[in-house]
Amino acid sequence: MKRLGTLEKNLQAKPLGFKKRFRLSEFLIEKAIFISSFFAILGVILIFLFVFREALPIFTNPEVTKEASLRLFFSTTIWQPISDNPRYGLIPIIVGTLKVVVVALFFSVPISVAAAIYTSEFAPLRAKEYIKPVVELLAGIPSVVLGFFALMVMASFFHGIFHSTMRLNALNAGVALSFAIIPVVYSIAEDSLNAVPRSIKEASLALGANRWQTAFRVSLSVAMPGVLAGVILGLGRAVGETMIVLMASGNASILSGNIFDSVRTMSATIAAELGEVVHGSAHYNVLFFIGASLFIFTLFINSLAHLTVTRLQRKLAGKI
Amino acid sequence: MNSKIKTNIISSFFTGLTLLATLIIFTILIIIIGNIIIYGHKTISWEFITKAPREGMTAGGIFPAIFGTVALVVLMIIAVLPVGVMTAIYLHEYSKPDFLLTKIIRFAVNNLAGVPSIVFGLFGLGFFIQFVGAGIDKFFGLEVIWGQPCLMWAALTLALLNLPVVIVASEEALRAIPKETREASLALGATKWQTIRRVVLPQATPGILTGAILSISRGAGEVAPIMFTGAAYFLPYLPHKPTDQFMELGYHIYVMATQSPDVETTKPILYGTVLTLLILTLLLNFVAIFIRSKIRRQMKKSF
Amino acid sequence: MDEKAKMDNRITEISQNRLEEFSSKILVEGLNFYYGRNHALKDVSVNIKANQVTAFIGPSGCGKSTFLRCLNRMNDLIPGVKVSGKVYFDGMDIYSKDIGLAELRRKVGMVFQKSNPFPKSIFENVAYGLRIQGITNKSHLEETVEKTLRDAALWDEVKDKLDESAMKLSGGQQQRVCIARALAVEPEVLLMDEPASALDPISTAKIEELILDLKKNYTIVIVTHNMQQAARISDYTGFFFLGELIEFDDTSKIFTNPSNKKTEDYVTGRFG
Repeated sequence: MKRLGTLEKNLQAKPLGFKKRFRLSEFLIEKAIFISSFFAILGVILIFLFVFREALPIFTNPEVTKEASLRLFFSTTIWQPISDNPRYGLIPIIVGTLKVVVVALFFSVPISVAAAIYTSEFAPLRAKEYIKPVVELLAGIPSVVLGFFALMVMASFFHGIFHSTMRLNALNAGVALSFAIIPVVYSIAEDSLNAVPRSIKEASLALGANRWQTAFRVSLSVAMPGVLAGVILGLGRAVGETMIVLMASGNASILSGNIFDSVRTMSATIAAELGEVVHGSAHYNVLFFIGASLFIFTLFINSLAHLTVTRLQRKLAGKI
Repeated sequence: MNSKIKTNIISSFFTGLTLLATLIIFTILIIIIGNIIIYGHKTISWEFITKAPREGMTAGGIFPAIFGTVALVVLMIIAVLPVGVMTAIYLHEYSKPDFLLTKIIRFAVNNLAGVPSIVFGLFGLGFFIQFVGAGIDKFFGLEVIWGQPCLMWAALTLALLNLPVVIVASEEALRAIPKETREASLALGATKWQTIRRVVLPQATPGILTGAILSISRGAGEVAPIMFTGAAYFLPYLPHKPTDQFMELGYHIYVMATQSPDVETTKPILYGTVLTLLILTLLLNFVAIFIRSKIRRQMKKSF
Repeated sequence: MDEKAKMDNRITEISQNRLEEFSSKILVEGLNFYYGRNHALKDVSVNIKANQVTAFIGPSGCGKSTFLRCLNRMNDLIPGVKVSGKVYFDGMDIYSKDIGLAELRRKVGMVFQKSNPFPKSIFENVAYGLRIQGITNKSHLEETVEKTLRDAALWDEVKDKLDESAMKLSGGQQQRVCIARALAVEPEVLLMDEPASALDPISTAKIEELILDLKKNYTIVIVTHNMQQAARISDYTGFFFLGELIEFDDTSKIFTNPSNKKTEDYVTGRFG
């Protein structure tokens, strides 16, 4: 191998046309792109700041604390914001939210996970191409339409079966809510099942397992973190969903374990009352406090789901 | 032998259950859409679409609500599309996955997508109206013009709500473009931005469009974020500037369904309005899903 | 004084002659390349001469493609890589800070293993490099497109369908569109990364013929796993093995009388 000295290099050295050129328009557009990417971060921070700002007086303003404070929220079981002696008991509202969410998950999780298993494991290839878009279509129905349907049609249907005293109740709202949750859980569960490498499934089949055994013991168990993430996100969506429960739940803050009683959820409380509330009153601050709690809760739920999905990805990449 | 038959029966049973679950979802969809079409289609007429309501919403049409919805989503998409696409370009073309900033942006996008829509409503009220709007009024010494619910603030609230939708769809579109295409352009002496503008973006357009359509559809159907930021139940005039309030289909449905003194009389109009909204959103979804499945198929072929 | 000027001229002349003699287009000195912890190129030094075809052969994974991509800094796109050593293009260090990648790549064109035309018309594919330089003059574009398509021996096959998508062409034609596209930018060096490996024998023959033809105006560096191809078209050949440039010499010498045992084993087909 011949090594060349510096002599030739110096001899050859001549000015060349490939010095870096400065391009102003590119510089500007690339800066704009960079700055744009901060909007999502800014959005989350601003939501955090401005929802909490309006909730803050509950902790700091003595005028407000007299009527509404963390202690008062849990020392009464009555939610009665509009009266001479307003009471902001959050317990019936939290229990109401739980009731609706449990009903919604009870219906949506088995159905959507089973449908996801069918789509990814058993459905003929051609059918597969149609099932997913159809379920995505369900996600495209606005929640106000689902709420309307629950209010006008489903409530009467359930009333005809159960003859409950209250036509609009936790069952009705929960089932309607499950329609909104199904596409969320389904699509994430299906994606995770699809991500299970074919080689693993084929190995199981080659060992004499039939398709159901393979689907259940191999695919589902490998994809479990993803399915779980879907359920967690479904839970987050269920807690935050507003229009369906606002229209289908009856909105009475009754503290009971009966799913045939009307309920009032956290999100519906905000939607129903914020329109009539005086800006800066204790009631106004309480509603923002509920909103802030929802925000924190969904932030937590999302991080949890994200973590679970990352775990699945690492597992499939063979890093765990 | 006996146990094998038993396993097979159990297996078929469970396989059947998963099929049943799929059919249940289909049935739910058919019943909801069917019910709304059956009761709503008679109401839909040229007059219904193009005329304003009369006699306290019991007669006439819903044109102002359609107009308001369209104005709302147009403003929203103007605000969200450039920012969303540019964020996606930054994430996929410029940043590296292990940058701290990239991780923070992804964290923010993920969480923004999970924030309940009612919280966006609270935010719109607390930030856009009480803070920005009222601030503008105060600064210019105006009477209350910006510091109240209006089209502008509702559109911006929805824009923030839809930012993750646009970012995620645009990024998926960028990801679908093979690395070789970028290399070909760079090897010809194109700069990074030239490559993005002339090769990457034209190919990503269908995917970005999908995101835009999905976010329009979602924007048209969301009620909770606009209840307190600009929607009105009835207005005698159409909104003609960003500081006007507006009627909106979803909000109209909510109010008519829950606060009408005489549900039976308004029922046909109510169903007609629901059908209009459903057609609008599902049509948009249908187009988006169609484009997307076409892209996904193309992507599979190219590998 | 006159004597002094004469002397100066004389020195310049000698320098020019030496320059001609070496006629180095690309000079690589002690190039090391790492993918993360993987040491992919080990202390590679080589002198690539102008207007010659230089081929690099070796078993797959030996670093020959990586080496090629170092010459126009395409490896910069891969995260987590590290380069040390020097690469001079006409005496200019292409890894120095003030080098513009776009400007460099206009001088050092590249043709890839898998043909990768843009999903645009044939015309727009070839005109792409000019358009990004801001050339909009229609007649100029048309002239260049015709000239380069002729240079790429494709003109007669596509002259009636310049507006059709390049994706519709056959694999061999697509690859020649890619070559034409690279030539349109008027590079001085053309890097070719196994340009014929995905093609049938007839298309391969056409591409090889084309390479020999292009030698007049361009310095060509080609990577191939096909030894016959290297023997047929190149003037110089280098043999890469496990990231090292084992031997570099006249092609005839490499294939008839290599000085290294490993090279001999490889070119005689004993491994690889």
